[in-house]
Amino acid sequence: MSTSQTTADGESILSIRDLNFYYGAFRGLTNVSMDIAKSRVTAFIGPSGCGKSTLLRTFNRMYDLYPGQRAEGQINFHGKNLLDKKQDVNLVRAKIGMVFQKPTPFPMTIYENIAFGVRLYEKLAKSEMDDRVEWALRKAAIWEETKNKLQQSGLSLSGGQQQRLCIARTIAVKPEIVLLDEPTSALDPISTAKIEELINELKNEYTIAIVTHNMQQAARISDFTAFMYLGELIEFGNTDKLFVKPTQKQTEDYITGRFG
Amino acid sequence: MQLYSRRILTNRIGIALSMVAMAFGLAALMWILWTLFYNGFNALSWEFFTQDTPAPGSEGGGLRNAIVGSLMIIGVTTLVSTPIGILAGIYLAEFGATSKFAATTRFVTDIMLSAPSIVVGLFVYALMVATLGGFSGWAGSVALSLIAIPVVVRTTENMLLLVPTALREAAFAVGAPRWQVSLKVTLRAVKAGVVTGILLAIARVMGETAPLLFTALNNQFFSTDMSEPMGNLPVVIFQFAMSPYDNWVSLAWGGALLIALIVLAINIIARIMFRNKVSA
Repeated sequence: MSTSQTTADGESILSIRDLNFYYGAFRGLTNVSMDIAKSRVTAFIGPSGCGKSTLLRTFNRMYDLYPGQRAEGQINFHGKNLLDKKQDVNLVRAKIGMVFQKPTPFPMTIYENIAFGVRLYEKLAKSEMDDRVEWALRKAAIWEETKNKLQQSGLSLSGGQQQRLCIARTIAVKPEIVLLDEPTSALDPISTAKIEELINELKNEYTIAIVTHNMQQAARISDFTAFMYLGELIEFGNTDKLFVKPTQKQTEDYITGRFG
Repeated sequence: MQLYSRRILTNRIGIALSMVAMAFGLAALMWILWTLFYNGFNALSWEFFTQDTPAPGSEGGGLRNAIVGSLMIIGVTTLVSTPIGILAGIYLAEFGATSKFAATTRFVTDIMLSAPSIVVGLFVYALMVATLGGFSGWAGSVALSLIAIPVVVRTTENMLLLVPTALREAAFAVGAPRWQVSLKVTLRAVKAGVVTGILLAIARVMGETAPLLFTALNNQFFSTDMSEPMGNLPVVIFQFAMSPYDNWVSLAWGGALLIALIVLAINIIARIMFRNKVSA
Protein backbone atom coordinates (compact mmCIF):
# COMPACT_ATOMS: atom_id res chain seq x y z
CA MET A 1 0.00 0.00 0.00
CA SER A 2 1.35 3.37 -0.94
CA THR A 3 0.00 4.87 2.24
CA SER A 4 2.30 3.15 4.70
CA GLN A 5 5.42 4.97 3.71
CA THR A 6 7.94 5.81 6.35
CA THR A 7 9.06 9.27 7.26
CA ALA A 8 11.68 10.53 4.94
CA ASP A 9 13.93 12.59 7.14
CA GLY A 10 15.20 12.12 10.69
CA GLU A 11 16.00 9.09 12.76
CA SER A 12 13.17 6.70 13.59
CA ILE A 13 12.63 5.66 17.22
CA LEU A 14 9.60 3.41 16.84
CA SER A 15 9.06 1.42 13.71
CA ILE A 16 5.70 -0.20 13.34
CA ARG A 17 5.32 -3.04 10.89
CA ASP A 18 2.13 -4.82 9.85
CA LEU A 19 0.39 -4.08 13.11
CA ASN A 20 -3.02 -5.64 13.56
CA PHE A 21 -5.09 -5.14 16.66
CA TYR A 22 -8.10 -7.07 17.89
CA TYR A 23 -10.80 -6.33 20.43
CA GLY A 24 -11.91 -9.91 20.80
CA ALA A 25 -13.06 -10.80 17.31
CA PHE A 26 -13.28 -7.19 16.12
CA ARG A 27 -10.28 -5.94 14.21
CA GLY A 28 -9.43 -2.46 15.45
CA LEU A 29 -6.28 -1.88 13.39
CA THR A 30 -5.41 -3.29 9.99
CA ASN A 31 -1.86 -3.65 8.69
CA VAL A 32 -0.48 -0.43 10.09
CA SER A 33 3.14 0.28 9.19
CA MET A 34 4.88 3.54 9.95
CA ASP A 35 7.85 5.12 11.65
CA ILE A 36 7.78 7.58 14.51
CA ALA A 37 10.60 10.08 14.11
CA LYS A 38 12.87 10.75 17.04
CA SER A 39 12.56 14.16 18.73
CA ARG A 40 9.63 15.14 16.57
CA VAL A 41 5.92 15.54 17.15
CA THR A 42 3.75 13.04 15.33
CA ALA A 43 0.02 13.71 15.35
CA PHE A 44 -2.73 11.18 14.75
CA ILE A 45 -5.98 12.48 13.37
CA GLY A 46 -9.16 10.89 12.14
CA PRO A 47 -12.83 10.54 13.02
CA SER A 48 -13.97 8.91 16.28
CA GLY A 49 -13.41 5.18 16.31
CA CYS A 50 -10.79 5.25 13.55
CA GLY A 51 -8.24 3.53 15.75
CA LYS A 52 -5.90 6.40 16.56
CA SER A 53 -6.16 5.93 20.33
CA THR A 54 -5.98 2.18 19.86
CA LEU A 55 -2.73 2.61 17.97
CA LEU A 56 -1.29 4.89 20.63
CA ARG A 57 -2.20 2.37 23.32
CA THR A 58 -0.23 -0.36 21.60
CA PHE A 59 2.97 1.70 21.94
CA ASN A 60 3.00 1.28 25.73
CA ARG A 61 1.10 -2.01 25.80
CA MET A 62 -1.76 -0.35 27.68
CA TYR A 63 -4.13 -2.82 26.06
CA ASP A 64 -2.42 -5.57 28.09
CA LEU A 65 -4.63 -4.60 31.04
CA TYR A 66 -7.64 -5.95 29.24
CA PRO A 67 -8.07 -9.61 28.50
CA GLY A 68 -9.46 -10.10 25.02
CA GLN A 69 -7.41 -7.30 23.48
CA ARG A 70 -4.34 -8.33 21.52
CA ALA A 71 -1.89 -6.97 19.00
CA GLU A 72 -0.01 -8.77 16.24
CA GLY A 73 2.91 -7.51 14.21
CA GLN A 74 5.93 -5.50 15.20
CA ILE A 75 6.64 -2.32 17.07
CA ASN A 76 10.40 -2.06 17.13
CA PHE A 77 12.01 0.06 19.81
CA HIS A 78 15.81 -0.08 20.12
CA GLY A 79 15.91 -3.26 18.12
CA LYS A 80 13.34 -5.11 20.19
CA ASN A 81 9.75 -5.89 19.38
CA LEU A 82 7.61 -4.30 22.10
CA LEU A 83 4.81 -6.74 21.38
CA ASP A 84 7.03 -9.66 22.34
CA LYS A 85 5.44 -11.60 25.20
CA LYS A 86 8.77 -11.67 27.03
CA GLN A 87 9.03 -7.89 27.01
CA ASP A 88 8.66 -6.41 30.52
CA VAL A 89 5.67 -4.09 30.13
CA ASN A 90 6.51 -1.98 33.15
CA LEU A 91 9.92 -1.15 31.69
CA VAL A 92 8.27 -0.28 28.39
CA ARG A 93 5.92 2.10 30.17
CA ALA A 94 8.77 3.74 32.06
CA LYS A 95 10.45 4.48 28.72
CA ILE A 96 7.25 5.35 26.87
CA GLY A 97 5.09 7.56 29.07
CA MET A 98 1.46 8.46 28.54
CA VAL A 99 -0.83 11.37 29.34
CA PHE A 100 -4.57 10.85 29.12
CA GLN A 101 -7.57 12.79 27.98
CA LYS A 102 -8.85 13.55 31.43
CA PRO A 103 -6.34 14.85 33.97
CA THR A 104 -5.63 11.99 36.37
CA PRO A 105 -3.61 13.22 39.34
CA PHE A 106 -2.95 10.46 41.86
CA PRO A 107 -4.72 10.88 45.21
CA MET A 108 -1.59 12.17 46.93
CA THR A 109 0.39 15.39 47.31
CA ILE A 110 1.76 17.24 44.30
CA TYR A 111 5.27 16.24 45.37
CA GLU A 112 4.31 12.58 45.71
CA ASN A 113 2.54 12.64 42.34
CA ILE A 114 5.93 13.28 40.76
CA ALA A 115 8.01 11.13 43.10
CA PHE A 116 5.78 8.05 42.77
CA GLY A 117 6.96 7.15 39.29
CA VAL A 118 10.58 8.13 39.92
CA ARG A 119 10.82 5.87 42.97
CA LEU A 120 9.78 2.87 40.93
CA TYR A 121 13.03 2.81 39.00
CA GLU A 122 15.50 5.00 40.84
CA LYS A 123 16.74 5.21 44.39
CA LEU A 124 17.30 8.89 45.04
CA ALA A 125 18.33 10.70 48.22
CA LYS A 126 15.83 13.23 49.56
CA SER A 127 17.68 16.21 48.09
CA GLU A 128 18.07 14.54 44.71
CA MET A 129 14.37 13.74 44.70
CA ASP A 130 13.58 17.36 45.60
CA ASP A 131 15.66 18.44 42.63
CA ARG A 132 13.98 15.96 40.32
CA VAL A 133 10.51 17.09 41.38
CA GLU A 134 11.42 20.73 40.80
CA TRP A 135 13.04 19.87 37.46
CA ALA A 136 9.95 18.01 36.24
CA LEU A 137 7.56 20.70 37.42
CA ARG A 138 9.67 23.36 35.72
CA LYS A 139 9.77 21.35 32.50
CA ALA A 140 6.00 21.14 32.56
CA ALA A 141 5.76 24.89 33.21
CA ILE A 142 3.86 24.48 36.45
CA TRP A 143 6.63 25.09 39.01
CA GLU A 144 5.70 28.70 39.69
CA GLU A 145 2.11 27.75 40.44
CA THR A 146 2.94 24.83 42.71
CA LYS A 147 6.25 25.59 44.42
CA ASN A 148 4.55 26.85 47.57
CA LYS A 149 2.07 24.02 47.84
CA LEU A 150 3.99 20.88 47.05
CA GLN A 151 2.48 19.18 50.08
CA GLN A 152 -1.09 19.86 49.01
CA SER A 153 -3.19 17.29 47.22
CA GLY A 154 -2.79 17.11 43.46
CA LEU A 155 -6.57 17.18 43.29
CA SER A 156 -6.60 20.75 44.63
CA LEU A 157 -5.27 22.10 41.31
CA SER A 158 -7.42 23.32 38.43
CA GLY A 159 -8.05 21.07 35.43
CA GLY A 160 -5.38 22.66 33.26
CA GLN A 161 -2.87 22.59 36.10
CA GLN A 162 -3.71 18.96 36.81
CA GLN A 163 -2.97 18.10 33.20
CA ARG A 164 0.42 19.84 33.36
CA LEU A 165 1.07 17.98 36.62
CA CYS A 166 0.36 14.75 34.74
CA ILE A 167 2.82 15.79 32.04
CA ALA A 168 5.40 16.62 34.72
CA ARG A 169 4.80 13.22 36.30
CA THR A 170 5.40 11.53 32.97
CA ILE A 171 8.56 13.49 32.22
CA ALA A 172 9.95 12.93 35.73
CA VAL A 173 10.52 9.26 34.92
CA LYS A 174 12.73 10.44 32.00
CA PRO A 175 11.00 8.57 29.21
CA GLU A 176 12.16 8.67 25.61
CA ILE A 177 8.69 8.92 24.14
CA VAL A 178 5.66 10.75 25.49
CA LEU A 179 2.26 9.60 24.26
CA LEU A 180 -0.53 12.17 24.54
CA ASP A 181 -4.05 10.85 24.12
CA GLU A 182 -6.21 13.91 23.40
CA PRO A 183 -4.51 15.80 26.23
CA THR A 184 -6.42 19.04 25.74
CA SER A 185 -9.91 17.90 24.85
CA ALA A 186 -11.12 18.36 28.44
CA LEU A 187 -9.46 21.75 28.86
CA ASP A 188 -10.37 25.37 28.19
CA PRO A 189 -8.63 27.33 25.37
CA ILE A 190 -6.11 29.05 27.66
CA SER A 191 -5.02 25.82 29.28
CA THR A 192 -4.91 24.24 25.83
CA ALA A 193 -2.59 26.98 24.58
CA LYS A 194 -0.30 26.40 27.56
CA ILE A 195 -0.13 22.66 26.89
CA GLU A 196 0.58 23.24 23.20
CA GLU A 197 3.37 25.64 24.09
CA LEU A 198 4.72 22.99 26.41
CA ILE A 199 4.64 20.32 23.71
CA ASN A 200 6.59 22.67 21.50
CA GLU A 201 9.32 22.98 24.11
CA LEU A 202 9.41 19.33 25.01
CA LYS A 203 9.86 18.07 21.49
CA ASN A 204 13.55 18.91 21.46
CA GLU A 205 14.23 16.30 24.10
CA TYR A 206 11.40 13.85 23.74
CA THR A 207 9.66 12.12 20.95
CA ILE A 208 5.99 13.01 21.11
CA ALA A 209 3.03 11.15 19.67
CA ILE A 210 -0.29 12.92 20.08
CA VAL A 211 -3.81 11.87 19.29
CA THR A 212 -6.11 14.80 18.67
CA HIS A 213 -9.59 15.48 17.46
CA ASN A 214 -8.60 18.99 16.63
CA MET A 215 -7.08 19.33 13.16
CA GLN A 216 -5.89 22.87 13.80
CA GLN A 217 -4.05 21.57 16.81
CA ALA A 218 -2.36 18.88 14.73
CA ALA A 219 -1.40 21.49 12.15
CA ARG A 220 -0.04 23.86 14.82
CA ILE A 221 2.10 21.53 16.83
CA SER A 222 3.13 18.50 14.80
CA ASP A 223 5.94 17.78 12.37
CA PHE A 224 4.28 14.69 10.96
CA THR A 225 0.63 13.79 10.74
CA ALA A 226 -1.02 10.43 10.30
CA PHE A 227 -4.60 10.28 9.09
CA MET A 228 -6.47 7.16 10.08
CA TYR A 229 -9.83 5.86 9.04
CA LEU A 230 -11.64 2.65 9.98
CA GLY A 231 -8.56 1.12 11.56
CA GLU A 232 -6.27 1.82 8.64
CA LEU A 233 -3.51 4.30 8.18
CA ILE A 234 -4.69 6.22 5.14
CA GLU A 235 -1.99 8.81 4.82
CA PHE A 236 1.14 9.72 6.70
CA GLY A 237 3.65 12.42 6.00
CA ASN A 238 4.92 15.90 6.73
CA THR A 239 2.22 17.90 8.45
CA ASP A 240 2.60 20.84 6.06
CA LYS A 241 2.27 18.63 3.05
CA LEU A 242 -0.59 16.55 4.38
CA PHE A 243 -2.73 19.55 5.20
CA VAL A 244 -1.90 21.51 2.06
CA LYS A 245 -1.65 18.79 -0.53
CA PRO A 246 -3.05 15.48 0.65
CA THR A 247 -2.52 12.63 -1.77
CA GLN A 248 -5.53 10.60 -0.71
CA LYS A 249 -9.12 11.54 -1.41
CA GLN A 250 -10.30 10.49 2.07
CA THR A 251 -7.67 12.66 3.75
CA GLU A 252 -8.75 15.63 1.71
CA ASP A 253 -12.41 15.02 2.49
CA TYR A 254 -11.64 14.81 6.20
CA ILE A 255 -9.41 17.86 6.51
CA THR A 256 -11.75 19.98 4.43
CA GLY A 257 -14.59 19.01 6.74
CA ARG A 258 -16.57 16.97 4.28
CA PHE A 259 -16.99 14.16 6.80
CA GLY A 260 -15.88 13.10 10.29
CA MET B 1 -56.53 18.37 31.14
CA GLN B 2 -58.18 15.41 32.74
CA LEU B 3 -55.04 13.39 32.11
CA TYR B 4 -53.00 16.09 33.80
CA SER B 5 -55.15 16.27 36.94
CA ARG B 6 -55.08 12.50 37.16
CA ARG B 7 -51.31 12.58 37.03
CA ILE B 8 -51.24 15.12 39.86
CA LEU B 9 -53.54 12.91 41.90
CA THR B 10 -51.35 9.84 41.29
CA ASN B 11 -48.36 11.87 42.35
CA ARG B 12 -50.05 12.93 45.60
CA ILE B 13 -51.09 9.38 46.43
CA GLY B 14 -47.59 8.14 45.72
CA ILE B 15 -46.01 10.73 47.96
CA ALA B 16 -48.55 10.11 50.71
CA LEU B 17 -47.90 6.36 50.65
CA SER B 18 -44.14 6.80 50.83
CA MET B 19 -44.54 9.27 53.70
CA VAL B 20 -46.61 6.73 55.61
CA ALA B 21 -44.02 4.04 54.97
CA MET B 22 -41.26 6.33 56.16
CA ALA B 23 -43.20 7.37 59.26
CA PHE B 24 -43.83 3.71 60.06
CA GLY B 25 -40.15 2.80 59.82
CA LEU B 26 -38.99 5.87 61.66
CA ALA B 27 -41.59 5.43 64.42
CA ALA B 28 -40.36 1.89 65.14
CA LEU B 29 -36.79 3.13 65.34
CA MET B 30 -37.74 6.03 67.59
CA TRP B 31 -39.74 3.76 69.80
CA ILE B 32 -36.78 1.42 70.26
CA LEU B 33 -34.42 4.31 71.00
CA TRP B 34 -36.90 5.90 73.39
CA THR B 35 -37.42 2.63 75.28
CA LEU B 36 -33.68 2.12 75.51
CA PHE B 37 -33.14 5.62 76.86
CA TYR B 38 -36.09 5.44 79.21
CA ASN B 39 -35.02 2.16 80.78
CA GLY B 40 -31.30 2.32 80.33
CA PHE B 41 -30.30 5.90 80.98
CA ASN B 42 -30.50 5.65 84.78
CA ALA B 43 -28.26 2.59 84.73
CA LEU B 44 -25.42 4.56 83.14
CA SER B 45 -23.60 5.64 86.29
CA TRP B 46 -19.99 5.76 87.45
CA GLU B 47 -20.44 2.27 88.95
CA PHE B 48 -21.79 1.00 85.64
CA PHE B 49 -18.35 1.54 84.10
CA THR B 50 -16.16 0.78 87.14
CA GLN B 51 -17.74 -2.26 88.81
CA ASP B 52 -18.01 -5.80 87.52
CA THR B 53 -21.15 -7.82 86.96
CA PRO B 54 -22.75 -8.59 90.34
CA ALA B 55 -23.27 -12.08 91.72
CA PRO B 56 -26.87 -13.32 91.91
CA GLY B 57 -28.67 -11.60 94.73
CA SER B 58 -26.06 -8.97 95.50
CA GLU B 59 -26.81 -5.27 95.10
CA GLY B 60 -25.43 -2.76 92.59
CA GLY B 61 -22.63 -3.73 90.27
CA GLY B 62 -21.68 -2.63 86.78
CA LEU B 63 -20.56 -3.97 83.42
CA ARG B 64 -16.85 -3.14 83.51
CA ASN B 65 -15.76 -6.72 82.73
CA ALA B 66 -18.25 -7.00 79.88
CA ILE B 67 -17.34 -3.62 78.38
CA VAL B 68 -13.60 -4.34 78.49
CA GLY B 69 -14.19 -7.88 77.17
CA SER B 70 -16.30 -6.61 74.29
CA LEU B 71 -13.75 -3.94 73.41
CA MET B 72 -10.91 -6.49 73.41
CA ILE B 73 -12.80 -9.09 71.38
CA ILE B 74 -13.89 -6.48 68.85
CA GLY B 75 -10.43 -4.90 68.81
CA VAL B 76 -8.87 -8.22 67.85
CA THR B 77 -11.70 -8.80 65.35
CA THR B 78 -10.88 -5.47 63.69
CA LEU B 79 -7.16 -6.23 63.59
CA VAL B 80 -7.83 -9.60 61.98
CA SER B 81 -10.60 -8.72 59.57
CA THR B 82 -9.29 -5.38 58.26
CA PRO B 83 -6.13 -6.64 56.51
CA ILE B 84 -7.73 -9.87 55.33
CA GLY B 85 -10.84 -8.10 54.11
CA ILE B 86 -8.96 -5.30 52.33
CA LEU B 87 -6.49 -7.63 50.66
CA ALA B 88 -9.24 -9.98 49.52
CA GLY B 89 -11.21 -6.98 48.23
CA ILE B 90 -8.16 -5.79 46.28
CA TYR B 91 -7.72 -9.25 44.85
CA LEU B 92 -11.32 -9.40 43.68
CA ALA B 93 -11.34 -5.92 42.16
CA GLU B 94 -7.84 -5.62 40.71
CA PHE B 95 -6.55 -9.09 40.03
CA GLY B 96 -9.46 -11.46 39.73
CA ALA B 97 -11.64 -9.82 37.14
CA THR B 98 -12.03 -12.98 35.13
CA SER B 99 -10.63 -15.89 37.12
CA LYS B 100 -12.80 -18.77 38.34
CA PHE B 101 -11.20 -18.55 41.75
CA ALA B 102 -12.28 -14.93 42.13
CA ALA B 103 -15.82 -15.71 41.01
CA THR B 104 -15.98 -18.49 43.59
CA THR B 105 -14.58 -16.23 46.31
CA ARG B 106 -17.14 -13.57 45.45
CA PHE B 107 -19.96 -16.11 45.62
CA VAL B 108 -18.84 -17.54 48.97
CA THR B 109 -18.44 -14.03 50.36
CA ASP B 110 -21.99 -13.19 49.39
CA ILE B 111 -23.25 -16.31 51.13
CA MET B 112 -21.20 -15.45 54.22
CA LEU B 113 -22.77 -12.00 54.24
CA SER B 114 -26.19 -13.46 54.79
CA ALA B 115 -25.22 -16.55 56.80
CA PRO B 116 -27.09 -16.74 60.13
CA SER B 117 -24.64 -15.70 62.81
CA ILE B 118 -25.60 -18.66 65.01
CA VAL B 119 -24.22 -20.95 62.32
CA VAL B 120 -20.93 -19.08 62.45
CA GLY B 121 -20.96 -19.46 66.24
CA LEU B 122 -21.54 -23.20 66.04
CA PHE B 123 -18.86 -23.55 63.38
CA VAL B 124 -16.23 -21.85 65.53
CA TYR B 125 -17.47 -23.88 68.52
CA ALA B 126 -16.79 -27.09 66.62
CA LEU B 127 -13.54 -25.75 65.17
CA MET B 128 -11.94 -24.16 68.24
CA VAL B 129 -13.90 -24.55 71.45
CA ALA B 130 -14.55 -28.28 71.26
CA THR B 131 -11.04 -29.10 70.03
CA LEU B 132 -8.86 -26.65 71.96
CA GLY B 133 -10.42 -27.31 75.32
CA GLY B 134 -12.76 -24.51 76.12
CA PHE B 135 -14.45 -21.20 75.53
CA SER B 136 -12.16 -18.24 74.96
CA GLY B 137 -12.01 -14.63 73.89
CA TRP B 138 -9.90 -15.70 70.89
CA ALA B 139 -12.68 -18.00 69.68
CA GLY B 140 -15.08 -15.06 70.06
CA SER B 141 -12.85 -12.88 67.89
CA VAL B 142 -12.57 -15.59 65.25
CA ALA B 143 -16.36 -15.95 65.10
CA LEU B 144 -16.89 -12.21 64.82
CA SER B 145 -14.12 -11.95 62.21
CA LEU B 146 -15.92 -14.49 60.04
CA ILE B 147 -18.91 -12.15 60.11
CA ALA B 148 -16.91 -8.94 59.61
CA ILE B 149 -14.55 -10.09 56.84
CA PRO B 150 -17.22 -10.49 54.11
CA VAL B 151 -18.51 -6.99 54.85
CA VAL B 152 -15.02 -5.51 54.46
CA VAL B 153 -14.28 -7.59 51.35
CA ARG B 154 -17.39 -6.49 49.53
CA THR B 155 -17.21 -2.81 50.44
CA THR B 156 -13.51 -2.71 49.48
CA GLU B 157 -14.21 -4.40 46.16
CA ASN B 158 -17.20 -2.19 45.37
CA MET B 159 -15.26 0.95 46.26
CA LEU B 160 -12.29 -0.07 44.10
CA LEU B 161 -14.58 -0.74 41.17
CA LEU B 162 -15.69 2.90 41.41
CA VAL B 163 -12.14 4.09 40.67
CA PRO B 164 -12.14 5.61 37.16
CA THR B 165 -10.33 3.47 34.59
CA ALA B 166 -8.29 6.52 33.60
CA LEU B 167 -6.71 6.78 37.06
CA ARG B 168 -5.79 3.10 37.10
CA GLU B 169 -4.33 3.33 33.59
CA ALA B 170 -2.41 6.47 34.51
CA ALA B 171 -0.72 4.63 37.36
CA PHE B 172 0.20 1.77 35.06
CA ALA B 173 1.42 4.30 32.49
CA VAL B 174 4.33 5.44 34.68
CA GLY B 175 5.49 1.83 34.81
CA ALA B 176 4.09 0.82 38.19
CA PRO B 177 3.54 -2.88 38.84
CA ARG B 178 0.02 -3.97 39.64
CA TRP B 179 0.48 -4.30 43.41
CA GLN B 180 1.79 -0.74 43.65
CA VAL B 181 -1.05 0.56 41.52
CA SER B 182 -3.52 -1.17 43.85
CA LEU B 183 -2.02 -0.26 47.20
CA LYS B 184 -0.65 3.20 46.49
CA VAL B 185 -3.08 4.66 43.97
CA THR B 186 -6.48 3.00 43.67
CA LEU B 187 -6.84 1.97 47.32
CA ARG B 188 -5.76 5.44 48.38
CA ALA B 189 -8.32 6.98 46.05
CA VAL B 190 -11.13 5.21 47.91
CA LYS B 191 -9.61 5.32 51.39
CA ALA B 192 -12.66 6.96 52.96
CA GLY B 193 -15.04 4.41 51.47
CA VAL B 194 -12.92 1.50 52.67
CA VAL B 195 -12.67 2.92 56.20
CA THR B 196 -16.43 3.38 56.13
CA GLY B 197 -16.79 -0.30 55.28
CA ILE B 198 -14.59 -1.26 58.22
CA LEU B 199 -16.61 0.93 60.57
CA LEU B 200 -19.85 -0.60 59.35
CA ALA B 201 -18.40 -4.07 59.84
CA ILE B 202 -17.50 -3.16 63.42
CA ALA B 203 -20.99 -1.79 63.97
CA ARG B 204 -22.40 -4.99 62.55
CA VAL B 205 -20.50 -7.30 64.96
CA MET B 206 -20.93 -4.99 67.96
CA GLY B 207 -24.30 -6.44 68.84
CA GLU B 208 -23.80 -10.03 67.67
CA THR B 209 -24.82 -12.36 70.48
CA ALA B 210 -25.17 -15.85 69.06
CA PRO B 211 -21.57 -16.27 67.86
CA LEU B 212 -20.23 -15.19 71.26
CA LEU B 213 -22.58 -17.45 73.16
CA PHE B 214 -20.82 -20.46 71.65
CA THR B 215 -17.30 -19.08 71.74
CA ALA B 216 -16.36 -16.42 74.29
CA LEU B 217 -19.25 -17.50 76.52
CA ASN B 218 -19.16 -15.16 79.50
CA ASN B 219 -17.14 -14.42 82.58
CA GLN B 220 -18.55 -12.74 85.65
CA PHE B 221 -15.10 -11.63 86.73
CA PHE B 222 -12.83 -9.05 85.22
CA SER B 223 -10.39 -10.73 82.84
CA THR B 224 -8.11 -9.58 80.07
CA ASP B 225 -6.94 -13.09 79.25
CA MET B 226 -8.18 -13.81 75.74
CA SER B 227 -7.56 -17.54 76.14
CA GLU B 228 -10.19 -17.76 78.90
CA PRO B 229 -13.95 -17.27 78.71
CA MET B 230 -14.56 -13.57 78.51
CA GLY B 231 -17.33 -11.25 79.59
CA ASN B 232 -18.96 -9.31 76.76
CA LEU B 233 -21.91 -6.97 76.41
CA PRO B 234 -24.29 -8.94 74.19
CA VAL B 235 -24.15 -12.18 76.21
CA VAL B 236 -24.41 -10.30 79.53
CA ILE B 237 -27.46 -8.44 78.20
CA PHE B 238 -28.94 -11.72 77.06
CA GLN B 239 -28.46 -13.35 80.49
CA PHE B 240 -29.33 -10.36 82.66
CA ALA B 241 -32.42 -9.34 80.73
CA MET B 242 -34.00 -12.70 81.43
CA SER B 243 -33.00 -12.81 85.11
CA PRO B 244 -35.36 -12.21 88.05
CA TYR B 245 -33.07 -9.62 89.68
CA ASP B 246 -34.04 -5.95 89.25
CA ASN B 247 -30.45 -4.68 89.27
CA TRP B 248 -29.48 -7.22 86.58
CA VAL B 249 -32.37 -6.20 84.37
CA SER B 250 -31.45 -2.55 84.81
CA LEU B 251 -27.83 -3.30 83.89
CA ALA B 252 -29.04 -5.15 80.78
CA TRP B 253 -30.96 -2.03 79.69
CA GLY B 254 -27.89 0.08 80.34
CA GLY B 255 -25.73 -2.31 78.29
CA ALA B 256 -28.23 -2.31 75.44
CA LEU B 257 -28.29 1.49 75.43
CA LEU B 258 -24.48 1.58 75.47
CA ILE B 259 -24.25 -0.71 72.42
CA ALA B 260 -26.90 1.32 70.61
CA LEU B 261 -25.01 4.56 71.32
CA ILE B 262 -21.70 3.08 70.14
CA VAL B 263 -23.26 1.76 66.94
CA LEU B 264 -24.95 5.11 66.39
CA ALA B 265 -21.65 6.92 66.90
CA ILE B 266 -19.85 4.60 64.48
CA ASN B 267 -22.52 5.10 61.85
CA ILE B 268 -22.38 8.87 62.21
CA ILE B 269 -18.58 8.84 61.89
CA ALA B 270 -18.87 6.59 58.82
CA ARG B 271 -21.39 8.97 57.24
CA ILE B 272 -19.24 12.02 57.86
CA MET B 273 -16.19 10.27 56.42
CA PHE B 274 -18.07 9.15 53.36
CA ARG B 275 -19.52 12.60 52.78
CA ASN B 276 -16.03 14.10 52.87
CA LYS B 277 -14.92 11.50 50.36
CA VAL B 278 -17.69 12.38 47.96
CA SER B 279 -17.11 16.12 48.16
CA ALA B 280 -13.34 15.80 47.66
